[in-house]
Amino acid sequence: MTESGSTPVLTKTLEGAGTVPGGPGGGRSRRTPAGLVTPLRGLAGLTGLVALLEVLPRTPVVSADYLPPASRTAEALGQMLTEDAFWTALGDTLTGWGLGLAIAVVAGVVAGIVIGSVPLLRAVTASTIEFLRPIPSVALIPVAVLLYGTDLRSKLLLVVYAAFWQVLVQVLAGMQDVDPVADDTARSYRLGTWGRVRYVMWPTALPYVMTGVRLAATVALVLTITAELVIGAPGLGNQIAVAQNSGAVPRVYALVLVTGVLGVTINLMARAVERRALHWHQSIRREG
Amino acid sequence: MLDVRDLQKIYTGRHRNVEALRNLTFHIGAGELVCLVGPSGCGKTTLLKCMAGLLAPTGGEVRLDGSPVTGPPPGMAVVFQEYGRSLFAWMNVRDNVALPLRRKKLGKARERELVDHALEVVGLADAHRAYPWQLSGGMQQRVAIARAVAFEPKVLLMDEPFAAVDAQTRAELEDLIRRLWRELGVTVLFVTHDIDEAVYLGQRTLILSTSPTVVQEDLTIDLPDERDQLHTRSSTRFAELRAHVYEQIQRAKHHHGDREAPPADRSENLAPQTTKS
Amino acid sequence: MTRTTTTVITLVRRVLLALGLPAVLFAVWWFATAGSTDFYVPPLSTVLGRFGEVWTGERLLSDVVPSLARLAAGYLLAVVAGVGLGLVIGTSRVVRDVLEPVLELFRAIPPPVLVPVIMLFAGIGDTMKVIVIVSGCIWPILLNTVEGVRAVDEVLSDTCRSYGITGPSRLWHLTLRSASPQIITGMRQALSIAIILMVISEMFAASNGLGFTIVQFQRSFAIPEMWSGVLLLGLLGFALSLLFRFAENRVLAWYHGLRRAQRNP
Repeated sequence: MTESGSTPVLTKTLEGAGTVPGGPGGGRSRRTPAGLVTPLRGLAGLTGLVALLEVLPRTPVVSADYLPPASRTAEALGQMLTEDAFWTALGDTLTGWGLGLAIAVVAGVVAGIVIGSVPLLRAVTASTIEFLRPIPSVALIPVAVLLYGTDLRSKLLLVVYAAFWQVLVQVLAGMQDVDPVADDTARSYRLGTWGRVRYVMWPTALPYVMTGVRLAATVALVLTITAELVIGAPGLGNQIAVAQNSGAVPRVYALVLVTGVLGVTINLMARAVERRALHWHQSIRREG
Repeated sequence: MLDVRDLQKIYTGRHRNVEALRNLTFHIGAGELVCLVGPSGCGKTTLLKCMAGLLAPTGGEVRLDGSPVTGPPPGMAVVFQEYGRSLFAWMNVRDNVALPLRRKKLGKARERELVDHALEVVGLADAHRAYPWQLSGGMQQRVAIARAVAFEPKVLLMDEPFAAVDAQTRAELEDLIRRLWRELGVTVLFVTHDIDEAVYLGQRTLILSTSPTVVQEDLTIDLPDERDQLHTRSSTRFAELRAHVYEQIQRAKHHHGDREAPPADRSENLAPQTTKS
Repeated sequence: MTRTTTTVITLVRRVLLALGLPAVLFAVWWFATAGSTDFYVPPLSTVLGRFGEVWTGERLLSDVVPSLARLAAGYLLAVVAGVGLGLVIGTSRVVRDVLEPVLELFRAIPPPVLVPVIMLFAGIGDTMKVIVIVSGCIWPILLNTVEGVRAVDEVLSDTCRSYGITGPSRLWHLTLRSASPQIITGMRQALSIAIILMVISEMFAASNGLGFTIVQFQRSFAIPEMWSGVLLLGLLGFALSLLFRFAENRVLAWYHGLRRAQRNP
């Protein structure tokens, strides 16, 4: 088929399914499912999970003391939703997450642009970044406890440390991905350093930044909850620890579910934002 | 050797069914080199996939040596257009060529011999250790051809193998195919959308109509067996055949299996066709 | 002659660039805390001195090794299970559709909250810690494997079929290798989760291990010892990521080469 002759031959699609054989039957793509089938199957999967959680504790396989039936968890969840304490805890968690993420993103982007636009700075800092980045944030827990106790700042220390590197590394990768031709063009038009950062590097880096923000958002939630759980800072994590200590097992599960839903929501939102940024980027590039 | 009888393929989509192939019937004899040419989007790839046993036809059948093809038959090798995607990027050239042979359990020595020879004949004797992505497009396609050669197939199907390489490489590869065909005595079906290629390469050219596809004409290419890029392509006969195929393709664009085939335009200067033995 | 000079200069330059800033930072830390009387921020010399005392003797066997053993056991189990399940789920479209939302939910649960839940089942022993690590690490590996298996190139898949490469041979030479970039990405994410979970599960409930010991130091206000523990965790994280990168560069050499070739055709 000639139409397949126009596809870039070297592009081995590693992300996303490969192209479907050309020809008039192209509509028979494996990727386009018949409308509602996929969501319905997913729904069936979730329903199956709930049913399994309902039935399993009633069999001798798992004790209901450890795994309460789904209905009891749901009950505990319903009860919890009427309590002010829960909403306060949710608010605390979201505050720690949002604030920590915001600080990490701003710091990561600023540091990334500064380091990324000065080659010497990039060369000097590379080894240090490679060393500091993999240090597990949880190593800072004792330090945070000593310095700030159960204060919000404890949480922020862990969250910012973990999320900052995600953003920084992506911004640096993005700044490095600049099309040399675009950069040469910018130079030939005598754009200064700032102009090149503003009009060439930043637009190139934007999708990377968005990926960094998405990864940072997930990591930030994990560390927020960890800080609450281990240090005892107020929030959902702390609620879980309290419920566990008082033997309120269904409540533990209800809270775990809430953190899971929170995680899914953050994921979906971050992906939607990323996709929009990416889409904008690609459409701009196509025109350019 | 290869028999295609009443082959039909209908893709069932969500909203509509598309009939890609309709009643295709032709025969390829053992040791023949046949080109298949047709307008873009005429279902050439679909046909090839049905013949390779990679796609189940809706109706009709493909027979190889009398037995129906229901899955990829053992004596058949396929070379795809997308060389970048048909080679294993994680294996070097040698392993790419050798992998299909392992199943045949020929023994190390024989396997080595086949791989060495195959790489030798496609002109890649010193690229054994390279990875496909380190090679140019033309060289990558040579690797894919070497893999097919080492496999020692009875039938070689090629799906527009040179559509994505530059013109000079393409000419070299065309001559390579002719040479391999003559040396190995293999049966070759070569799908292309390039009219020059269709005339230059084959002993016969099957011209397809637009979708739903039927065979519009089965043309014997009565050029001498010794062909070369310079003289063959500048011969009068080549020009005549080329013009004829071109006309047929133009005609084919407005013709498809839904209508009765108009009588093929056998212009006077094309008249008596020598049939190959 | 000039060429060797240039090489030497390049080498010296690279070493200076790599070690310059770390050396400066180290010096700053060293001198800034040199005469420190702040109880919480002891002199770096003291911390390093204690580091040698604390972590080289008996503690190496009683705390560091058990921690690393749990980490290794949990991580390796998660890799095997994640890749295995990912292959099964990725191969079947229906299974994938049914399970994807469930898996996404499990992946989204912040792994540390699994600690209290798994303690209910598995008590506070080594089993609990290994299960915690497995149940936190498995999701990124599994979902990335599914993604990788799904993305196996169709032309390559057809090529395998037409050459009769099927069964285990296909699984090894086509599916696993072609999905390996995604699998490795999942494994990298899982590694940092594994370290977090190792430390946290030990902080929560344990009688030995790195996390346990560091929290003990903090609670008993053995500040230089605590700092030395923080340092050790940092070094551990760095060393593991180095090891991972080394392995990745070997396994994915072809992939990095391919990407480079695509970028500059």
